[in-house]
Amino acid sequence: MALWDLENSDCIVIMGSNMAENHPIAFRFVVEAKRRGATIIHVDPRFTRTSALADLHAPLRSGSDIAFLGGIIHHILENDLWFKEWAMAYSNIAHIIEDSYRGSEDQDGIFSGFDSDAGTYDEKSWQYEDKTVPSSIAEHRASSREGEQGDYRSMSKGPPHLDETLQHPFCVYQIMRRHFARYTPEMVESVTGCPKDTFLKVADALARNSGRERTGAFCYAVGWTHHSVGVQIIRACSIIQGLLGNIGRPGGGIMALRGHVSIQGSTDIPTLYNMLPTYLPQPNAFHDHMSLSAYLKVETPPTGWWNNFPKYMVSLLKAWYGADATPGNDFGYDHLPKLTGDVSQEPMTLCMVDGIVKGQFILGQNPMVGAVNTDMVERGLGRLDWLVVRDMAMIETADFWKNGRLIEKGELTPADIDTEVFFLPCAMPGEKDGTVTNTSRLVQWHDHVCEAPGDCRSDLWFIYHLGRRLKGLYETSTETRDAAIKALTWDYPLKGERREPDAETVLKEINGYTVADRTQVAKYQDLKDDGSTACGGWMYCGIYPEAGKNMARSRRPDTPGGKGAAHLDWAFAWPSNRRTLYNRASADPAGKPWSERKKLIWWDDGAGKWDGDDVPDFVETKRPDMRPDWATQPTGMDALGGDKPFIMEADGYCQLFVPTGLKDGPLPMHYEPLESPVRNPMHGQQHNPTAKIWARPGNELHPPEDPLHPYVFTTYRLTELHCGGISTRIMPHTAELQPEAFVEVSPELAGELGIQHLGWTVLSTSRASIEVRAMVTQRVRPFTIAGRTVHQVGMPWVFGRLGYNPGAVANALLAITGDANTSIHSTKAVTCGLRAGRLTEAERHPGPPQAAE
Amino acid sequence: MRKLSQGPGAHFRKFLQDWSIPRQIAGASLRDKAAESQTSRDLRPRLEEADRVGTSICPFCAVGCSQLIYAKDGVPIHIEGDPRSPVNQGTLCPKGGGTLGLLLSPKRVTDVLYRAPRSDKWEKKPLEWAMDRIAERVKRTRDETFVEKLPDGRTVNHTLGLGSLGGATMDNEENYLIKKLFGGGLGMLNIENQARI
Ligand code: SF4
Repeated sequence: MALWDLENSDCIVIMGSNMAENHPIAFRFVVEAKRRGATIIHVDPRFTRTSALADLHAPLRSGSDIAFLGGIIHHILENDLWFKEWAMAYSNIAHIIEDSYRGSEDQDGIFSGFDSDAGTYDEKSWQYEDKTVPSSIAEHRASSREGEQGDYRSMSKGPPHLDETLQHPFCVYQIMRRHFARYTPEMVESVTGCPKDTFLKVADALARNSGRERTGAFCYAVGWTHHSVGVQIIRACSIIQGLLGNIGRPGGGIMALRGHVSIQGSTDIPTLYNMLPTYLPQPNAFHDHMSLSAYLKVETPPTGWWNNFPKYMVSLLKAWYGADATPGNDFGYDHLPKLTGDVSQEPMTLCMVDGIVKGQFILGQNPMVGAVNTDMVERGLGRLDWLVVRDMAMIETADFWKNGRLIEKGELTPADIDTEVFFLPCAMPGEKDGTVTNTSRLVQWHDHVCEAPGDCRSDLWFIYHLGRRLKGLYETSTETRDAAIKALTWDYPLKGERREPDAETVLKEINGYTVADRTQVAKYQDLKDDGSTACGGWMYCGIYPEAGKNMARSRRPDTPGGKGAAHLDWAFAWPSNRRTLYNRASADPAGKPWSERKKLIWWDDGAGKWDGDDVPDFVETKRPDMRPDWATQPTGMDALGGDKPFIMEADGYCQLFVPTGLKDGPLPMHYEPLESPVRNPMHGQQHNPTAKIWARPGNELHPPEDPLHPYVFTTYRLTELHCGGISTRIMPHTAELQPEAFVEVSPELAGELGIQHLGWTVLSTSRASIEVRAMVTQRVRPFTIAGRTVHQVGMPWVFGRLGYNPGAVANALLAITGDANTSIHSTKAVTCGLRAGRLTEAERHPGPPQAAE
Repeated sequence: MRKLSQGPGAHFRKFLQDWSIPRQIAGASLRDKAAESQTSRDLRPRLEEADRVGTSICPFCAVGCSQLIYAKDGVPIHIEGDPRSPVNQGTLCPKGGGTLGLLLSPKRVTDVLYRAPRSDKWEKKPLEWAMDRIAERVKRTRDETFVEKLPDGRTVNHTLGLGSLGGATMDNEENYLIKKLFGGGLGMLNIENQARI
């Protein structure tokens, strides 16, 4: 959904986010919704400005989100509050699952298919009866074993088996009722600490504001993702929205409030290890990926939109390897490096420590503040052969060899550190041009207004000129290992004295062009799998549809009361300039809006096409009553009827139950965080059995109920300071507004520990101890969990040693861990110790390791 | 030449000119003519001196507020919210509103700095020197760590010896070329940024 579409919501639940403080300008749409009569709810451990502006604040212990959301699902199912016509038609609630499936409720917290030696699941028993369902994002298979893909062609052989009476014991409805049976309001109160009555008000407000006439939305941020079960928290939310029919409709949806300016862009066009541009899987040596044809065969779902996958992949190879990419050499497929395991940021850090990574670029990121386990990061940096840092000002990551924590502690001196370090200053927005993608997929161009000072250059300049040099160094090589860099297309026009590459030319390549005459491709439907088109990122196709037409530059907002106020002429939203994904679901199966109040797109029978206020997310001329001809074993979109809005799924249904694509179970389940002050009150399995844990000295986890670390610790941002980077710490106004780090402590805990407001405290974990002043405040309250008092404390993670307002690094306290699906670290719910006072001399300067022992 | 001192007559004449009561009595509006004075006549719009304006996007969070950057003689002089944007309609939060302080911060580093192994200090270096040296170091590390095939014969064509971190603060075009060069050209796999979720 577009940010401004929040205005159309009748109920907004903000959970895992402090939206008023951290996405302040987006919050104005929440305020507008409230003005129009919507109910605003904030579910959060702290009472923040978001809570102050909400109608209802529901407190919960950090890390208990699935218990809370599972409680809502339970409430909706048991009180029959779901939007039946919508969910019966569009979700997989009536699908029949294999009868070998066993729910985690029967097995003390583990689903069927678990391999306890490997710590992974096999998804066979989670499949639709007689089918093997491909994942919509092919990389996300639970198993990485070879030959495990199964028979996806089963999807072409007939529709999934449904029981529309919902009586079949293995239909999704019955499975969900059993799975969530224990998520009663009493259990919610006991696990989350949220009073039962408050919880019920939230569940009722949501249910009351859903249906034909009304819609509700959720807004979340990293308060949901930075957990060992982050993906499953969002899944729980999608089940609620799928039951209530709040997807693809005005004011309905799940709004991810993301952090950095182009964090969405850098996910789409990923500087991420496991994906090629726009969600194509990076080839993996342990999958059947040994040739292009094998890769395409196993990764292409036979049915649904992703059946077009080969066109996108071949077009990408053409964009990268140009004339060298021919059918005879698999379009240069072997040039792509193949994965042999998880090399995301967490293991990458450990690979630095272990001497596997020897040379590192750090481009606009500051892991000495932003990454977890700062001492481990610093150790890794000190073992590199060389390090290139590009930033606007000195950052903690670049001068670690001089002023780092290990130097300060006396463990190392600069003379012990061999790393050769390059610091290159960068240009800022206004000093370069290009596009950034906001949190609701809006791709906006920004202009080059001034030259950057001194040696500051754009990252485009840096990467282009580095590539040009490397191509020169490899020019005469005849080794096959160097074929990729030689074949790489790298001709971009250069502008001005500084020889700045032309960003528009790069954007045109991302959009795609026909190879023969190099004209722009207008839409991704025109891409081909025969090498006749090149495209750097299929989802962005259409952003530069013809010469001279940069849609990201378009700046015409709708006038108030204009056509649906979708602002289709303000910049470009991928894909196809569509503002609301799956908007086919805003109309009923026959193609009529569910209500006048919530209409978005509809079938125009006279014109024989879909029309509406947004760009329809459907085949434009597919009639609502079209049905697949199963006798022909249809593929692609021919296998999806005219009443199946979820076109990226292999059968077109919204997945309440996920047969393929999740590494930790087909339904969300409450597990305790990897570090928790309590035993899991719901079942014997304490934490997510598939979470990634890298136990090693310096990265130990605290056991449950650890008396040394009895408090829940969480981290967050501040309105004035942006994340771990140096930017807002070198800006006079923002630094002055937030001059010093602090830890928020409830008056009850402060009283118990003798902590004074503004007095010093020491926070400690097995990883590190830091000192910071206390903010004693009622914004933080103790919780009663399973009959016991549990205290929680919280600290902003946005301070560092440098800038105008130095302060302790909260992330030093945390351990390197990973969510099973995304490998993201847990920062929102760990445990810590706390005392009044300051670090002792022995804690502050332990000296070299031997002396410390 | 400017007069060093003014006689009492000049002060009186200025007072009479700026005195608003006679103009009010004569019927001039309190909101403009009657409120005018030499001081108010000398006030200039602060953007009058700008010789250039461009649209920008706030460099901090993913809300994507639009900004207008005004510059004079190649230096930004003012940044404000773009009133046309349906995202922010001219508003900015404290971070976005302080963007000029970022561009002009005295703490910005504008030179290339180099720290040799085991050294205890930074040295300034020419940009071209640093680019050449980085390219050589990349090539050496890549050549030392590149793996064409696993022991069992499968082609992998990758290096795990090089890493890159960062991207969520950069433009799409920049991320595209990073992934293309590092992944598609050099065979790097350790490519990561803040967007892991
Ligand atoms: S002005 Fe504030 S809310 Fe808007 S993009 Fe910038 S940081 Fe985000």
